[in-house]
Parts: sequence; C-alpha cells; structure tokens
Amino acid sequence: MRPVWCALVMALAVAGCAPGSADETLTVYAAASLTESFTTLADQFEADHPGVDVQVNFGGSSRLAQQIAEGAPADVFASADEAAMDVVARAGRLAGKPATFATNRLTIAVEPGNPMRVNGIADLARDALTVVMCAEQVPCGRAARHLIRDAGITVRPASEEPDVKSVLGKVRAGEADAGLVYVTDVLAENGTVDAVKVPEAAAVANRYPIATIADAVEPSLARDFEKFVLGDRGLRVFKAAGFGSEAGAGS
Amino acid sequence: MLQADIQVNRGEFELAIDLDVPPGGVLAVLGPNGSGKSSLLDCLSGLLAARGTISIAGRAVHALPPHQRGVGLLRQTPLLFPHMNVLQNVAFGPASQGQSKERAREIASGWLADVGVAELAERKPAQLSGGQAQRVALARALATRPRLLLLDEPLAALDVHAAPAMRALLGRVLRQGDERLAGVLVTHDPLDAIALADQVVVLANGRVVERGPTREVLAAPRTQFTARIADLNLVAGHAVADGLRTADGSLLQGILAPDAVRGEAAVAVFAPSVIAVYPVGAGHGSPRNTAVATLASVESHGPVTRLRTGTPGAGWAAGIAADLTPAAVAELGLEPGSEIEVSVKATAVEVHPATPVIARGAQATRSDRP
Amino acid sequence: MSGGESPGKEKHARAVGARVPVALWIPATLALALVTLPVIGLLLRTDFARLPALLTSEASLHALRLSLLTAAISTVLCVLLGVPLAIVLARSRVRGVRVLRAVVLLPLVLPPVVGGLALLYLLGRTGFLGYLIDVTTGVRVPFTTAAVVIAQTFVAMPFLVVSVEGAVRAAGDDFESVAATLGARPWTVFTRVTCPLLLPALASGVVLSFARALGEFGATITFAGSLQGVTRTLPLEVYAQAEADVDSAVALSLLLIVIAIAVIVLARPRAVEGVRG
Repeated sequence: MRPVWCALVMALAVAGCAPGSADETLTVYAAASLTESFTTLADQFEADHPGVDVQVNFGGSSRLAQQIAEGAPADVFASADEAAMDVVARAGRLAGKPATFATNRLTIAVEPGNPMRVNGIADLARDALTVVMCAEQVPCGRAARHLIRDAGITVRPASEEPDVKSVLGKVRAGEADAGLVYVTDVLAENGTVDAVKVPEAAAVANRYPIATIADAVEPSLARDFEKFVLGDRGLRVFKAAGFGSEAGAGS
Repeated sequence: MLQADIQVNRGEFELAIDLDVPPGGVLAVLGPNGSGKSSLLDCLSGLLAARGTISIAGRAVHALPPHQRGVGLLRQTPLLFPHMNVLQNVAFGPASQGQSKERAREIASGWLADVGVAELAERKPAQLSGGQAQRVALARALATRPRLLLLDEPLAALDVHAAPAMRALLGRVLRQGDERLAGVLVTHDPLDAIALADQVVVLANGRVVERGPTREVLAAPRTQFTARIADLNLVAGHAVADGLRTADGSLLQGILAPDAVRGEAAVAVFAPSVIAVYPVGAGHGSPRNTAVATLASVESHGPVTRLRTGTPGAGWAAGIAADLTPAAVAELGLEPGSEIEVSVKATAVEVHPATPVIARGAQATRSDRP
Repeated sequence: MSGGESPGKEKHARAVGARVPVALWIPATLALALVTLPVIGLLLRTDFARLPALLTSEASLHALRLSLLTAAISTVLCVLLGVPLAIVLARSRVRGVRVLRAVVLLPLVLPPVVGGLALLYLLGRTGFLGYLIDVTTGVRVPFTTAAVVIAQTFVAMPFLVVSVEGAVRAAGDDFESVAATLGARPWTVFTRVTCPLLLPALASGVVLSFARALGEFGATITFAGSLQGVTRTLPLEVYAQAEADVDSAVALSLLLIVIAIAVIVLARPRAVEGVRG
C-alpha cells in the first residue's frame, strides 16, 4: 500500500511543477475579442523574456471582471470596454489607473457574398432578416444598443448571445442572416463571413483599457506586460488585427 | 377436451409430450425441477411457442395468442395485480372478455363468495395472507369460465396451515364445479396428485416416462424414477370418523383432510420413514395402528434399507414400504419371509378423498351427505 | 381462511449486525457538505432586501414563465415518446437492442453544448432536416421556443427512459402473462396492467426529466439562442445576469433551487408510495 501512496504523492508533486517548466508565470485575463491579437503578443513577450510563461484567459469582459472582483488570481486585465474595467476598479482590485490601448467598432457580419443584401444599419430593421447580437450585459451588446438607438431604428433580434464569438458563430453557421460584431472579429475570420460597413459605428467605438491587478503574483512582470501592450509592438499587432487607436485617450 | 401433441426446443432443452384430458378430468404432471413441467403449461396457455397441435374443447388453439385460448392459469404465486383491489382483480377477466363493468363486478362477487373470501372484496392484494391471495387468484382464473385450468404448483408457496385448505378448495372446484372444466396440475408433490388428479404423467428431461391413473402409478411405480418421486404408501378404502377402513375391514387411524367425506372412497397416505417395525409379539404397546405382516423383500435404498410387506391378508399393512437403518435391520435379524409387526402413529397418516373416475353429476350431491 | 403467514415480522426487529461503520461517516459527511454548502453560500450572498424586486422584474418573470412552460412540454414529450421506447428496449428481443440502449444514453453523457451543436446541424437552416423543413413549410426551428423544447427533450429523455426501462425489466412479464390468460388483448394489458405497474418508476422518471429540462443550458443556448420571452429560460437568464448584475443572478439561482426542492418534495412521496398505494 505504502509504495502506491508514495508514487501518488510524487506524481502530484511533479504535476504541480510541470507547466512549461517556466520560472515565472504571468496570468492575463483578456476580452474574447482580443483572442487573436493577445495570443500573438503573449508569444512575442515570452520570446523577449526567457523563462516567463504567459497564460491568457479569454472570455466575456463582464464575466472576467466579475471573476477578478471575486478574487480570481489575475495579474493583468484587458477589457473590451470601460464599464467592465469599472467593476474591477469598484472592487478595489486595480494596482494603477487603467490605460486605453485600442478601440474597436461594430460592423455587420453577413454570409459571404451578402445574399440578403444588407447595406447598412437601417436594414437590420427588416422583418425578414434574422439578426443576432450580443446581450446588453456585455460590451458588444452595450455598443450595439447604442448604435441602434442612435440610428433611430427598431431591431428585433432572434437571439441575444452571451459574447461576440457566439454571434459570429451563428452567422458563420448560416443560422443568422446578420450579426452585430466587431470589425476585428470579421477580419480574424479570413473570409468565412463578410462585413458590411457601418459608418455610424465610429461614434460608439469601444475603448479597450488595460490595467495591472492589485496583489498580483508577478507585479513587475505585470507592469512590463502592460507597457509592452501599450508600446509600439502592441500598436502594430492591434493595427494589423483591425483595431483603431486613440492616442492619449484614457492615459 | 384437451388434446395436445407438442414439441419445444430451447437450446439444450427438449420437450416432447402428448396429452389427452377428458372433460372433467384432471391430469397431474409430476417431475423434478427442470423436467419441462412449467414449459408444458406455458405452451398450453400460449405464453411459449411450440410445434405441434393443441385443441381445447374441440377448438384448435395452437396458433392463437394467450388471450384467445380460454385457459385459466394459477401459478405458485398469486400474481394479483397490486394496483387493483380484490374485486377489481377478479372482475378483470370478465371485463376483458367484454362484459359490462357492473356485470363483471357481479360475476367477480359470485366467484369471491364461491371460494370463501367475499368479505375481502375491497382489500388490496398487499393486505392479504398468502392463502387468501391464492384463493382470490383462483377466483380470478375461474371468473373467465375457462374450459381448461392450468395449475402450476399452486400450493408450493403456501405454509402448512394454508395448503390443506387450498388443496381442499381446488379439489372441490375441480370435482364439483363446472363439469366441462378440465385441469392440468403441475406439481412435484405426489400428495397433490393423489388429492386432485385422476390421471398422472411423470416427466423426466422433457419426456413422459410413465402415465396412468394416479393411484396405480404412484402405488406401484414401474420405473425407479417414479418411485423416487412417489415414495409414499397409499392405502385404499373409505373414510371413517377417525381414519380409513380398508376393503377387508381393518382400520387405519389417521387425520382426515378437510374435503374427505365419511363413507366415501378415500386413500390414506403416509411415508415409508414413519413406520416402525418390531418382531412379532415384542409387546411394545402404544401406537394403535399396529398390524402383522410378512416381509416380502429387503433391499438397500440409498442410505436406508427398504422393507416391503407381502400382499395377502395383512389389512392396511399389505404391500407397504418401510424404511429402517441397516443397523436396525441387522439387529432385528430380518429377512424375506419373516413375520413382523408394523405400526404407524395416527398423526402421520393423512386421509384424502380418492379421485374416482365417475360422472360429476353423481358426485355433486356428495357434500350433502353426513 | 387459515392464512397464518406473517411475512417478515422478524424484519422489524432491530438488526444489531447492520450498524454503519464509523469510517463511512467521514466521507459521507464530506459528500453531504459538498451538496449543501454551495447552496448555503448562495443564500449568504443573497440580497434579501432586493429579492422581491429582482424576482419580479420583467426579465425574471418572462424567464420563469418560459422555463416552466418549456420544461412541462418537454416532460410530456419525454413521457409520450420515452415510455414506449423504454418498453421496446426492455422487452424487445430484436438484435441490436443493446446497442440502441447505449445510444439512448448518449445525451446523458454528452456535454450539452455538443448536443446543441448536433441539433443545430440537424435542424438548423443548413442542417439536412432543417433545410428540408425550411424549404417545404417555411418553418425555421432555431431561435424559437420550439427549439428550446427540442433541446430540453433531447437532454431529459434518457432520464425517463432509463428509469422506466429498469422498472420494466425488474418487473418481468408475469403480471402481463396472467392478464393475457384472463382474456385481455395486448393493448388492454398495456393500459390496465403494464402502465399502472410502471407508475412509480414513471413518476420518478418524470421528476428527473422535468428537473433536467428546467436546468438545461448548454444545448439551449447553442441551438435555440437566448432572447427574453422566447428562448431565454431561467438558466440562460442567470448566465446573462451574471455578466452584469450578480445580485439578480443570485436571486434567480435561488428561485431555481426553490423550484427544484418543490419538485422533489411534491413528487417524491408519490414516487416512493407507488404500487403499495
């Protein structure tokens, strides 16, 4: 019996030290719409800092914010809007002031070739069109409602999805004719959906803030990563992904 | 009435049997476990498919499903529908046959009264004793007025108090009830056969090894196999107040079964193991059933030695078997031709009505006699 | 009648030998704690002052009404389709029934999201059946309340089938064969004997399926989407609210727990009582 226990304990011990055999691990919580760009940035950061492992947890900004507010062990938080960042700030879990590193705009994702001939925001009011968007509790949903209100139209969505990737999924699967998503999402799709330009969306652009979390496990590394995202390398990655920049905003 | 000639193959097991039971007749099917007794009943009721032919009351039924065969089935366990009360259970058959609800209840009440449990009509099956439940099950089977009643070890699950009463009830139903009703009784207990059946077939490994009138087959088994199953002493005569009187006038004291009628043909039943054997004139005293007989044979019978008495002139003790230990046989110096005194306690002897093959009309009045 | 049997009188005597080993109490207590403590945690987190307002908000009422309605319809569908399936699986001697039995369990072991995707690619606009329905009748299943019902029936069906099938197999067919010899046609046997005997198992199957349908989330959000009053059932509403207003999510969770307890308390005695009643 005893050897079995010993083996078990040792296995657990080894498993505990296993991940990446890195000396330091940085935990980043980032909005779902940052999936592609932050994956690239994390790789670059790891290349610059040997022995550092960056773990990125992507999800709906509001949910991530709730988790951090409840004590989730994040070092850095990158949100898709300021409302979600405010939740973390109100919980007293920010180490410094958040800084805006990118902006994003909504667009209308449609099936390739735009078979339903959606030409602008006003077309979303058409009854025959199956429209999906984000629920109002998440940043993309807040922006979508803002946009619709400003356009003075009434849209009856078929579904209000919990995050932007779900909206995109419904359009990609052909279940929805049109979905309100971020321009960066359509760009990342590489042609499985088309985007319809929405000039009005500029007025309701999301601002993406980043901040270091109080009592981070790796505070100096967290600050380094924040600087890295806000720096030139970050700017290039975001620009390539279709994000906008708003020099000086929020910082 | 029932003519059947059927074969069943189920893997290793084979059953091949032909039967002929006249109206009013009861056939006992004896045999050990696995001999095919229950398969036979399942074939007759239609629950098991068989090759061959089965006809009941002149109607070929072997191609019909169970619900169209007009067969009543009473199993070892009552199998009363637990969600219905007693009356609803019995009314189920008539109602299924198309009787109105009221009429089905009337019929059911009649049968419950007939089997002596009218007062239990509103009870749920879970509130009945085993004996009560089996009576209700019998009433339920009879309420459809079947032409053939199949009895699958109907007494085996009852305790020693309930079994004799149920046996008596079955005897009354089969002998004095509907005279067109035929019965097939599956049992491993020869006593059931003696009490209820006029004919017997003995099954072994799916084949008939012996058949004939019940008492002849059981009293004089022609095969070792039947002898092992029977293994009882049967003494014919007529019932009297304290036992049985044989044709030559000797009295064998015993306990009368509930349905035994004084003055009527009866049979006394007792096992070879309950007989005590003494040298003549040993002056042992007490048991009142004592008779002198000539020893006809002495042979080894498993762990015991079986003695058989000669036939002529010994009263009830003619041609009976008695089991002794080999040591006792040696001590008594017994050998064929010896004169012996045999005795049996009155409490070890049961007296059952005989099952003569006579018309039912004549029997129906029997119970009125003293 | 002399029926002197008194089955199991001795069973009521205290069985000294059947004492529970002390060693079992520790894991048993831990298991109980694992089940109950989270509920207590939820209770502690509940804002009882705002509770009435949170529960009677338009969104909450819509979700509650939709959840009860769809779960009830799903349960009825489970019974109508699941009972015959259970009996076929238990009684049929056709080859391949064992494989079918395993297939029926699939929704039970499959992640609900996978089930939702499977439904989407069957009944969605591009799914082969969904396309056919769309072209022939103009009806589109996804994003409708019907889709919610289908998703719930999909995940809840195994609970009913397993529960009823086990009962059918355990009961054997002795009662049915006796009923047949009494002259009852197969359909009469089914309605008057088989079904009543299955009631206890059916009751517990119904409770389990209803509970499962009520708690369904993954297949629903994948296949039916999420829209207030149409497809956003209570669990979806909880998930949506958890993004923004945790108090509201907690209040709705409490409501789901209360409904679950009510279902168990109301239905359980009947399920246990069963045949003996």
